Amino acid sequence: MKTYTGMLRIRFAAGMQYRAAALGGLVTQFFWGGFEILLYAALYQNGAPQSITFAQLTSYTWLRQAFLALLFSLFFDADIFASIEQGGLAYELCRPADLYALWFSRTAAGRLSNAVLRCGPILIVAALLPAPYGLMLPPSLAAFAAFVLSLALSWLVGVANCMLVYVICCHTLSPRGVRRIATSVVSFFSGEMIPIPFFPPVMRNVLIYLPFGAGANMPLRVYSGNIAGTEALTGIALQVFWLVALVLLGHLLLGRVLRRVQLQGG
Amino acid sequence: MLHYIAMIELSHIHKKYRVARREAGLGAAARALFSRQYDTIRALDGLSFSVAAGEMVGYIGPNGAGKSSTIKVMSGVLTPDSGECVILGRTPWKERKQHVQDIGVVFGQRSQLWWDVPVGDSFALLRDMYRVADADYKRVLATLTELLDLGALLRTPARQLSLGQRMRCEIAASLLHSPRILFLDEPTIGLDAVSKIAVRSFVHTLNREQGTTVLLTTHDMQDIEALSQRILLIGNGRILLDSDLAGLKRRYGAQKTLTVTYAGPTPELSQGMALLPDSLTGRAVIAVDTVALTLPAAIAWLCERAEVTDLAVADPPVEQMVAAMYREYEI
Repeated sequence: MKTYTGMLRIRFAAGMQYRAAALGGLVTQFFWGGFEILLYAALYQNGAPQSITFAQLTSYTWLRQAFLALLFSLFFDADIFASIEQGGLAYELCRPADLYALWFSRTAAGRLSNAVLRCGPILIVAALLPAPYGLMLPPSLAAFAAFVLSLALSWLVGVANCMLVYVICCHTLSPRGVRRIATSVVSFFSGEMIPIPFFPPVMRNVLIYLPFGAGANMPLRVYSGNIAGTEALTGIALQVFWLVALVLLGHLLLGRVLRRVQLQGG
Repeated sequence: MLHYIAMIELSHIHKKYRVARREAGLGAAARALFSRQYDTIRALDGLSFSVAAGEMVGYIGPNGAGKSSTIKVMSGVLTPDSGECVILGRTPWKERKQHVQDIGVVFGQRSQLWWDVPVGDSFALLRDMYRVADADYKRVLATLTELLDLGALLRTPARQLSLGQRMRCEIAASLLHSPRILFLDEPTIGLDAVSKIAVRSFVHTLNREQGTTVLLTTHDMQDIEALSQRILLIGNGRILLDSDLAGLKRRYGAQKTLTVTYAGPTPELSQGMALLPDSLTGRAVIAVDTVALTLPAAIAWLCERAEVTDLAVADPPVEQMVAAMYREYEI
């Protein structure tokens, strides 16, 4: 346990090291969210879709921008790719910890520190914007509680996704191709570019049961009440299921890869 | 005789690597798209040796001989194809987590420090990972700080350290959990003279005062001379020679070097003497084969034939002995 709190501490320290990067990220995320909302405003003027209201959508967008690092399903730890590619992995295998747990906590800590250090200003500004352009309050306390739980789960599901990509990189060594393909496929189907309610109904119903639906989709819609009641509970149960399944799979595959790891060079 | 307790015991370790090969050029590259050729390299080919507690062993051999692979096997990072390795009663790759608590490793060509944050933060993470008690950590860190002169370095981000400073921090990082065995894989690579001496004297102190068993690989023969009581020579994945430094000197050091400063004409040389290329007019550097000609005889010969103003006798550099050894074993 101490290993993991230690990891969190050093990640926060590293996150606070670069002020300009933090500020730059903040500004980018704020403007991106703003432009997207203007785009949707134009869309909604020509008839609103049934599946999500404009107010729900703006909350969806602002929360996603605020917690991007937690919700973006493939927010990697770049140092892990470097360690796979250049052999720094040798050091990580010299630690009295499970490599899966080490990488998982490192990636999870990186996401958490990034989100915590950046979410505040975005949330405050978004909450101050006039309705329906700003971030609205959740419809009930229960919806908010479900949102927090679901946010934590999609954070971890995202980390479990990253772990699979790391495992693949242990085979390919270079992360470039895998990263691009995985990022575009996963972020599209997870509703990170276009929210899942905008997908055709058939796809919507399939995606919701796949790991894609267990990412950003769930907490962002639970918050605004777009998903509520039993549907929300089922969604959270599915998130738990996918988290366990992805962790088990990743752990198994990483264990396999390590048995035949070569660690080339002096 | 001392009771010899093997702390590290390797027997018949084999490890093969597969290396993709092709000729240079576009044509060959295109052919390789369809059919690949692989060569098998026996990195470790029946490697066996043992090391007792408290020993300091220099592990040498040319590039690609299998030194790093051996360190990786002993650290539990690499699983060999066959053979046994028992360190403190455990097989490293089978009981990796327990095993690594007892060892410290420095891979000279890699870094274990977090690039962006001060070194002290990386150390704190290692303390947490190895579950070092706070009191122990403070004590060990104080000792390391003093011996390796870390002081201000602990507050500096790793990316802003010079190579020598970083290496001192890397070594300290590997020792925070007070391991009983330390593996150093080329710890002095690329360091300047001052840093090399600092690293050497620290490793020496560690071995002498804490009784830490040390195994180091290096290409720097001064490291070997300064540190190792025992030398293991590896070539083609096997131990070729296991000897102490004195034994090595007896075997490959039959040659002595005489540096003679003289006035007047260059003296002629006798049998068993050879003029070395670093000679100048008025200063001859002569290799003496002490089997053919004893040293006193050689000196007498020179003094009779030239007006000698100064004279120095030296062992051949360890570098030359090692080169002679590599030649003899054809590695």
